[in-house]
Amino acid sequence: MEYTLFILLLPFLSFLFLGICGKWLSHKVAGWVGTLSLGAVAVLSYITAFTYFTADRVDGVFPTITAFNTTWLPLGDLHFDMGILLDPISVMMLIVISTVSLMVHIYSFGYMHGERGFQRYYAFLSLFTMSMLGLVVATNIFQMYLFWELVGVSSYLLIGFYYTTPAAIAASKKAFIVTRFADMFFLIGILIYGYYCKSFGFEFNEAGFAEGAFMLPTALVLMFIGGAGKSAMFPLHIWLPDAMEGPTPVSALIHAATMVVAGVYQIARLFPLWIQYAPDSLSIVVWVGAFTAFYAAAVACAQSDIKRVLAFSTISQIAFMMVALGVCLPGHESVIDAHGSLGYMASMFHLFTHAMFKACLFLGAGCIIHAVHSNEMSAMGGLRKYMPITHVTFLISCLAIAGIPFFSGFSSKDEIITACFEYSPVVGWWMTAVAAMTAFYMFRLYYGIFWGTENKELHAHHTPHEAPLSMTLPLIVLCIITVGVGIYTTLGGFLGWGGSFGSFVTANGEDYTIHFNTQIAITSTVIALISIALATYIYKGEKQPVADRLYNAFPRLHRWAYKRFYMDEVYQFITHRIIFAHISKPIAWFDRHVVDGFFDFLAWGTNALGFQIRGLQSGSVQRYAYVFFIGVLLLILTILIF
Amino acid sequence: MIQIEYILIISAIMMFAGIYGFLTRRSTLAILLSIELMLNSADINFAVFNRMLFPTGSEGYVFALFTIAIAAAESAVAIAIMINLYRLYKKISVGELNKMKW
Repeated sequence: MEYTLFILLLPFLSFLFLGICGKWLSHKVAGWVGTLSLGAVAVLSYITAFTYFTADRVDGVFPTITAFNTTWLPLGDLHFDMGILLDPISVMMLIVISTVSLMVHIYSFGYMHGERGFQRYYAFLSLFTMSMLGLVVATNIFQMYLFWELVGVSSYLLIGFYYTTPAAIAASKKAFIVTRFADMFFLIGILIYGYYCKSFGFEFNEAGFAEGAFMLPTALVLMFIGGAGKSAMFPLHIWLPDAMEGPTPVSALIHAATMVVAGVYQIARLFPLWIQYAPDSLSIVVWVGAFTAFYAAAVACAQSDIKRVLAFSTISQIAFMMVALGVCLPGHESVIDAHGSLGYMASMFHLFTHAMFKACLFLGAGCIIHAVHSNEMSAMGGLRKYMPITHVTFLISCLAIAGIPFFSGFSSKDEIITACFEYSPVVGWWMTAVAAMTAFYMFRLYYGIFWGTENKELHAHHTPHEAPLSMTLPLIVLCIITVGVGIYTTLGGFLGWGGSFGSFVTANGEDYTIHFNTQIAITSTVIALISIALATYIYKGEKQPVADRLYNAFPRLHRWAYKRFYMDEVYQFITHRIIFAHISKPIAWFDRHVVDGFFDFLAWGTNALGFQIRGLQSGSVQRYAYVFFIGVLLLILTILIF
Repeated sequence: MIQIEYILIISAIMMFAGIYGFLTRRSTLAILLSIELMLNSADINFAVFNRMLFPTGSEGYVFALFTIAIAAAESAVAIAIMINLYRLYKKISVGELNKMKW
């Protein structure tokens, strides 16, 4: 399947072409170049997925295919390879990334219409897509790391796309620095892994592996810190809400659907290692994920900027995936079995469904922002009359994320909660509570935008209008996926059909038929419905007496949640007051006075010496002759004496 | 027959007079004369050593003739330089011609 190489090459070439020749192209041509190359990538990905999943299983599992591999950097025994690895999760990710990216490309035609730097925007989108695709098909951890950093760079470029806005610059720097800081741990983890296990590959049964295995838990936890940075887990989540400064389609692509799941994907990729050598460390993943899920959901309940609500809901949903990976129980003698690792399947399933409906939500938010020219909920309200398509698609996506049956989020979230209950009831109830909060804040958002108090003054001044077809089409496509997948998997889950998600992706690759635990399914549905009803009661009306009363009853709680529990201020304090003042300043002093001083002294000394000896070059011929004559005399004397 | 030492003393005096003149004179013309003086003292040495040490040969005389020819050419070049210097700076005193430095 060498043609998979084009999946990486096409976006890269389009990046180079648009990056170099962009300024001579019209907006339309540049957009078409980017979109068509991405369309080709999407078609190739679908062909790959179709061929891969329709091929015969070997010993009951889909084989891992190395479609392309080349040694990039030999280093003695170790070598860094570059290649393309196809296995169920990477093929699944190819579909997710190319679909969402294609939708974003189409959507951007409308959203970025007439924007300055349109060509640059498409070039960066191509670069980002290429890096993300390279990350998922990596054949070894080092290639993954390279593309991981490329993803970081392109996200930096895209967040800072409006480079004349100070907030965007600050946000892009913040995202880059925070994720880089986390990536440092990832790199250390990789180096420990490479040093002790003599390999960077994903084939985990090589010789020499057993002796290095005692260091594996350390290495894996360090790599998890890197993943937590990229996936915005607490306390490294602070970059993601600010990253909303980028153009909205970028938020949809990077900060909802693809880049932020890199951390989840990394753990899934190294999952056999985790389960075999570090099953105890998985509980770290569970607790970090569970806390983050709750924290982000709590913050999302109080935000007024619609993109921020979505950003925090993303953090919360990614945390769901993390928890699902963490709650996997090793079977007998640390062997992965399909049922004990239900969470693995659930996590990948949720990754898939979440990418679709969250992209839809973000793109819908883009349409709304496009219509009212503001991110604040106060500028909205009552938009359902003006924007029917956006309204319906947004509602469907909200139902999906809330976990209502027959929408895709239900099936995957239900599997996650089932896996959590199998791990421990505490985690199970905790995640159920977070799911209820999810339903609540998503419907608070929905009512705040489309119902609620209308800002009539603003709307009379500038009537909101439905977005153009290029923007609504992606919404409709993503919605169809959400509903289609939802209906199929919900029915399949209740009736026990094969051929659902579990038939393609499981921890050990064996076919697994998803069968809902009816009790949990009903409980979570009822809880979600109650939350939605509560949100309807509080936020639907034209006047919101309950919301005001709640606000007046708990002003401090609201304020804390609105300020994101002051996490940014904590960081500000740690970096400015402690690190900058007490570590960086002395180092800067040392650098300026001692290191620079030494080299300044060398330069000054050379200069002074030069001034001393330049008198020799007097320009007077007779003085030269005199020196010459003395020299000759001295030579003669020397010859005579010796 | 005059003894070789006397002739060598003469030539040494000429040589040192030339060196002294070269180092102390201010006028480039005088310096050129001093150089000629040194060259001539070398010529005398060629001739006298040929006569005293190899009476049958004539290489020393030939060299002396060569040197005279070269000295003539060199004087021509030097005088040309001086004329140019004079045209440029309106002076030929070495003390004032100090452009050749740092």
